[in-house]
Amino acid sequence: MTPRTTRPDAPLLSVRDLRQSFRVSSGTVFGGRRSVRAVDGISFDVPRGRVLGIVGESGCGKSSVAKSILNIHTPTSGSIRFDGTDLATLDAAGWRALRQDIQYVFQDPLGALDPRMTVLGQVVEPLIIHGLGDAAERRARGGEMLEAVGLTGDMFCTFPHELSGGQRQRVVLARALVLKPRLLICDEPVSALDVSIQAQVIRLLEALKESLDLTIIFISHDLSLVRYVCDDIAVMYLGRIVEHGPTGTVFTRPRHPYTRALMSAIPVPEPDQDHETIILPGEPPSPFNPPPGCRFHPRCSLQEPMCRSTDADLEPMDAPAHAVACHVVHGRGTAA
Amino acid sequence: MTTLSVASKILRALITVFLLVSFVFVVLRLSGDPAIQMLGVDADPRALDAFRERWGLDRPIWDQYVSYLWNIFQGDFGHSFIGNRPATEVVAERLPKTLWLMGLTTIFTFGIGIPAGVYAALHRNTAVDRLTMGLTVASFSLPNFVVGIVLIMLFGVVLRVLPTAGSETWLHYILPVATMATADAAIFARFSRSAMLEVLSAPFMRTARAKGLLWTEAVRRHALPNASIPIVTVGGIYVGRQIAAATITENVFAWPGIGKLLVASVQNRDLAVVQCIVILVGVTMVVTNLLVDLAYGWLDPRTRSGESK
Amino acid sequence: MTTALPTDRKTWRVDLGDMPPSVLVSAAWVSLMAVIALLADVVAPYDYQDMDLLGRLKPPVWMDGGTWAHPLGTDDLGRDVLSRIIESLRISLFVALLGTLIGAVLGTVIGFTAAHFRGWVDHVVMVLIDFQAALPFIILALAVLAFFGNSFVLFVLVMGVYGWERYARIVRGLALSASSHGYAVAVRTLGANPVRVYLRHILPNMGSAIIVNMTLNFPETILVETSLSFLGLGIQPPLTSLGNMVGFGRDYLLTAWWIAVLPSIVIFVTTLAFSLLGDWLRDRLDPTLRGT
Repeated sequence: MTPRTTRPDAPLLSVRDLRQSFRVSSGTVFGGRRSVRAVDGISFDVPRGRVLGIVGESGCGKSSVAKSILNIHTPTSGSIRFDGTDLATLDAAGWRALRQDIQYVFQDPLGALDPRMTVLGQVVEPLIIHGLGDAAERRARGGEMLEAVGLTGDMFCTFPHELSGGQRQRVVLARALVLKPRLLICDEPVSALDVSIQAQVIRLLEALKESLDLTIIFISHDLSLVRYVCDDIAVMYLGRIVEHGPTGTVFTRPRHPYTRALMSAIPVPEPDQDHETIILPGEPPSPFNPPPGCRFHPRCSLQEPMCRSTDADLEPMDAPAHAVACHVVHGRGTAA
Repeated sequence: MTTLSVASKILRALITVFLLVSFVFVVLRLSGDPAIQMLGVDADPRALDAFRERWGLDRPIWDQYVSYLWNIFQGDFGHSFIGNRPATEVVAERLPKTLWLMGLTTIFTFGIGIPAGVYAALHRNTAVDRLTMGLTVASFSLPNFVVGIVLIMLFGVVLRVLPTAGSETWLHYILPVATMATADAAIFARFSRSAMLEVLSAPFMRTARAKGLLWTEAVRRHALPNASIPIVTVGGIYVGRQIAAATITENVFAWPGIGKLLVASVQNRDLAVVQCIVILVGVTMVVTNLLVDLAYGWLDPRTRSGESK
Repeated sequence: MTTALPTDRKTWRVDLGDMPPSVLVSAAWVSLMAVIALLADVVAPYDYQDMDLLGRLKPPVWMDGGTWAHPLGTDDLGRDVLSRIIESLRISLFVALLGTLIGAVLGTVIGFTAAHFRGWVDHVVMVLIDFQAALPFIILALAVLAFFGNSFVLFVLVMGVYGWERYARIVRGLALSASSHGYAVAVRTLGANPVRVYLRHILPNMGSAIIVNMTLNFPETILVETSLSFLGLGIQPPLTSLGNMVGFGRDYLLTAWWIAVLPSIVIFVTTLAFSLLGDWLRDRLDPTLRGT
């Protein structure tokens, strides 16, 4: 692989003030449309060779972040830079080339595979799309990749429905990695699999990360998994990042009340240990109609008057690279 | 159903009617000089000029379109060049014959088809059931004119008991109505059978039995009303089939209705009459579909309250 | 209808042993008709236009006065009924085949267009589908033939329009559901352009739905064609169709019933065979289409 890096110390991916709104039809001719802000002004960096975990409840916008980066949905505003290139400036050809560098692994491996194409055919297809190699070379590369993810030659000519869930996800991984991407976005890559299979696929992902020199964004609602896999963690709530920092810091010293509630819900190995589960009151508010001020305030035990009127931005904490978006944690709140 | 969804359904129906009328205008214009189309190639040049002036054919196309719409709106569809009478008058004269034919057919279709289907569903896998199903498959492949020819052969030529052309006596009604009802009764039998089977296997039927309701009572009170919903939804398709079937059947039996008039007008290129019939049929279909749509919302309580899709 | 894509590739394999007898017979009949239509010039004993005014209204061979010279008798102009049926069969099947193919391509393209562009394009297509459904096809065909006059090419095109809205509706639904999630998005994120996604991935996956619709559309097209020809507004002499033969033979039901009745039987048996075959294919290939 030829490194295309310009500045080795600069982050591979840099997201600034990303917003993503969807217009949703209400269903009748006269009904008009409503807007949902799935992602509402988030910023983060992914340094080279590291794994960033994005966690949060379903509907918090974590998948929308991935889809914005991949331009499955064009961002409403904000900038995304990959290796110094602003993605908004890319034309169709630029995007085609970029697709080699950024790859996506889907949650549902069966849905992500064409039911009428053989396993080898699926893995070779990216090479055909990007016009790499001749037919024999493509088959060789596809075969190597399939072996690298742990599939044997007798499976190359089977169809997706003949494989197990874990095997399908390996095929999806092989298809994503055959182009030798630099950034891999995994959207709930193992949540559709049995727990025993999950561990296998995660170990495979780790091994491939080392051998292929990957940078990974790992999206999941499963905190124990994220703690195991990721170097950094961003916690999302209703389209915003509320806490961001190194995995160790965020897990041992979570500061945002939402993060603390999430962490307290992780099952612990020794149940007799002193462990208090924080139960959040209420449901997450509708993204159609987010509360004013800090979005978390209706469910927050620490809320102060300021929280109800002014939104909180990520601000650095004392620990390195740790940032939290909370007025109370930063010693304000009563001021307003 | 909300007022909003009713309003939007009516709006869609109006748009469809508007499209239909516009479609006829466009096709008419594409096909040549409307004056000659309407009055005939050998028409008096002064009549042609008068026609052009009356329909404003010397004016710009959008202006013509607007006045065309206005004329249609007022019920002026132009003159049939056969007899030089308003097209609407020619069509109205033939309409009762077709309505009689379709009305009688409907009585027989429903009167035979639905009970047969319900009976077949209640006696599943018996000889009656299999006969009904076999007949329906065959009827899909039997065009009306073939049924008509076979009936004429049988009752007109071999047995010589029934008249095969015209509409003078009630005896004349038998063969055309039989021709149209055969196919549709079979289709309705099949449809009501599957609707009935679906309802019979529904959980609420088991509940009705379990709470001690007699089977016949359960069928009457729960199964039949629920099975009627899908039967109503095919009402639009049924009217469409009836119109198509009447067009063919009237020509087999020389029945003096709209269908025979349409075919004769197409052969004579009497475009004012063709245009009038096409719009009449289209509006009938749109109104039927609208009524079915509304009736469906009214019959099915699940869509009655709250927003329907 | 449901828009789930069939996922099991194995269903494509057709096992002769699984066919019920009625379907086997249908398949045999359809094959026979296809062979006869293809080899019409070789199989037909006479040219279908050859007249023999001295041998008019000869009955079929099994009736008094029938001879093996004209196994199915002759018509009012002394033309061989068997030869005319063979030629009519050829034309009716040819028109139905062309019409079905045109309809499938037209409907598929429109369906994909609606699904790809969405927004107002999709709305326009849906209104057109409504409009098509609002007018019985035979009335539409009669109107077009009235306004433009009849020609063979126009007639075939009109037959091609028949049924387009069903393909459009099926293809639009399947393309919408396929492109919104799953492998279509996956392939797009690999860098494939929309044409590749539609042609290489979505189209093959809806292939069975389209083929099933074609086999169901084919006999219906035969019925529409023969009905219009019966009314004298379809295939025009000197060409002949099964519907034409019935239409012209109707006047001779009293004296020479075979002219009208024999082609009627061919129409009935052939469309029945195609329908049975189509129903069976639908149940085998695409259970999701049942009841539409």
